[in-house]
Amino acid sequence: MSMDRRQFLKIAGISSILGFGASVASATHTIWEPGLKPPQVEPNPDGLIAKRWAMVVDMSKFKTDEDIKKVTTACHQTHNVPDFRNPDGTVDKKFEIKWIWEEPYERTFPGSENKFMSEHIKDMPFIVLCNHCDNPPCVRVCPTQATFKLPNGITMQDMHRCIGCRFCMAACPYGSRSFNWTDPRKAINPATENKAYPTRTKGVVEKCTFCTERLQVGKLPACVEAAPKGAMFFGDIEDPNSEVRKIVTSQLTIRRKPELGTGPAVYYVIGGSDHA
Amino acid sequence: MKLYDGGKILIGLMVFVGIATFPFYYNIGKVNAKPELKTDTPAIQAWEKQYGKKECVESKEYMRSEHMQLLNNWRDSVVRDMNRQYVSMTSGRKFNMSLQNGCLECHSNKKQFCDQCHNYMAVKPYCFDCHIQPMEKEENKS
Repeated sequence: MSMDRRQFLKIAGISSILGFGASVASATHTIWEPGLKPPQVEPNPDGLIAKRWAMVVDMSKFKTDEDIKKVTTACHQTHNVPDFRNPDGTVDKKFEIKWIWEEPYERTFPGSENKFMSEHIKDMPFIVLCNHCDNPPCVRVCPTQATFKLPNGITMQDMHRCIGCRFCMAACPYGSRSFNWTDPRKAINPATENKAYPTRTKGVVEKCTFCTERLQVGKLPACVEAAPKGAMFFGDIEDPNSEVRKIVTSQLTIRRKPELGTGPAVYYVIGGSDHA
Repeated sequence: MKLYDGGKILIGLMVFVGIATFPFYYNIGKVNAKPELKTDTPAIQAWEKQYGKKECVESKEYMRSEHMQLLNNWRDSVVRDMNRQYVSMTSGRKFNMSLQNGCLECHSNKKQFCDQCHNYMAVKPYCFDCHIQPMEKEENKS
């Protein structure tokens, strides 16, 4: 097909007008808009606010296994975490879901154990949970942004979006994430079920949320409330007057695997000195 | 034109048409009962007493057509933006954005409310795979 100068200019002119129109349309109509914005919605006025939530766990205040059990049970009952058991009563490791649990020293702080360290510390159970990292690998790998960072530092997840790919489980260096291999409701006791909190469904990954839902109505995390006095602290680490900040500035605290650069926000006090 | 095995073919066709249109014949004359929603739970009655009328978060018509979108927006707002209160466009009242602790507090009769329409429309939302539905008495089963 041959085209003279006049035809070419006509087509070029029309095309550029159409192209300009399209660019105007795409500039004025955003492709996706968040559904509800203030003042249509607002935060709960009772909610606790922080720049960066953090937790301090003082292991020396946990005197007995009962103390630890109280904490884990409080968390797991509050959040309807299933408790899968083998017929002989032991935990079914294949289906186990963990939000907060116990690990021995060498798994909590690997690389820092030594041959002659105190038997007491070596053998004592440590309470571990999601560290709500500054730079969470789980968030980076999530293909659907189901797990994401809240502005207050909490690594949150949207169960509605999780597609169960388990990339986050592979990415998390703390083993804080558990996959629902089967319907969790099978292993939730209806008598102790928390009717105000949902369960999860088969095929999603879950973990500790620093009790986001409790903070937003003005309550402290369930584990902190259930812990023995002075054993667990929760607060804004960016606030110089907060309890957590005072502990972290005044004494030696260690975090899990800080060398990985994830910036964990759970600080451990191992020694036995009193504070706060 | 000659139709080989015409009889067999015609019988076969008739059987086929009969089976294919069976659902239409079967349901002829049966009017599908429209779903009837019950909004007479104790919580709603208490609300009516206090405010003088039954009202939801938004108008009835809006809720009927847009509740799915509203719930999706609520979810994003609560989970991702940490905003938990909804200000009604209709009444200006503030509501806790929650399915389990909001909607179902009033509509504690899921079987008489949610399920009625969802079954009629043959939609199966998966809300209650995770969200715990209120306990209902056996006699409410329809």
